[in-house]
Amino acid sequence: MHEYPITKRIIEVSEEFAKKNNVDQVKQINLVVGDYSGYVASSIELYFDLIAEDSICKGAALHIERVKPKLKCTSCGQLFERKPFEFTCPLCEGEGEPTDIGQEFYIKSIEV
Amino acid sequence: MSENNEIEVMQSVYDKNDEVAQQINQQLTEKGIFAVNVMGAPGVGKTSSLIQIIQRLGDVSSYVIEGDIEADIDTKKLLSLGVKTVQINTNGACHLDSPLIGEAVEELDIQKGVLFIENIGNLVCPAEFQIGEHVKMLISTVTEGSDKPYKYPLAFEKADIILINKWDLLPYVDFDEEYFMKGVRALNKTAPIFKVASKDGQGFEEVVSWIQKHIK
Ligand SMILES: [Zn+2]
Repeated sequence: MHEYPITKRIIEVSEEFAKKNNVDQVKQINLVVGDYSGYVASSIELYFDLIAEDSICKGAALHIERVKPKLKCTSCGQLFERKPFEFTCPLCEGEGEPTDIGQEFYIKSIEV
Repeated sequence: MSENNEIEVMQSVYDKNDEVAQQINQQLTEKGIFAVNVMGAPGVGKTSSLIQIIQRLGDVSSYVIEGDIEADIDTKKLLSLGVKTVQINTNGACHLDSPLIGEAVEELDIQKGVLFIENIGNLVCPAEFQIGEHVKMLISTVTEGSDKPYKYPLAFEKADIILINKWDLLPYVDFDEEYFMKGVRALNKTAPIFKVASKDGQGFEEVVSWIQKHIK
């Protein structure tokens, strides 16, 4: 649901960068979306073509790199993906704590 | 691999929301307003907990921004108790965002005190967006079960204060306190956890003194 306005913003930012570089057509947008970012990659894809229609991003490919959230072990420092219903480190059985990995949401680059 | 020219952007798409949230936060701080973003699933007792807190805040003025998808039942309840409340209906959206809060803050004309922002009943999206608050209060309940930190980690990670409501129902439900606490502490080492019952007010004195300590 909340992906509509953010998809609009993705197109706006891409346009700003294209114009800054004197480009009038964006061919691809490379987006990084963490699974804990609050945005669903497939919903962004759903809205993208519709919103891009009236912009210089019309027809552009949207490439979304998804990032799985990782915990960091408080004992050994290992970064790991959490299994459902636990926070245990696979290396040392220590306890993992949250990191920023998986919360990213940014435009990495545009291709023109 | 691509024949295209790549232009580096590296720009967060949250920027608009976060920028506005920052402005609101600064505005509120300058006015001496302590803002609490109240999160929790539908039916955990967000409004009834707020009433318990507000009744105990004494001389401190309280204001409420009531986020709701469509209804205004909670707002009517608060207004009937004399609490200055403004309603935001998101018409389907699953969380409040900062531009909405900006408008509501103006409408409320707050002088000084505590502003409670009751977010949409949802344990996912509200945790992901800054709305200008100073702290996030998460309300969980014994009736929801003890696996919530494991299923909705972000809400517990981002919380500054956690209430376990409906504590009076503990004898009647399967709530594994140890398992719940273990999950919360894995995600969040510092948030104080209060056991409360919004039905009869049990445990709210401690919550209120925590809030009072944070009011400058
Ligand atoms: Zn480890």
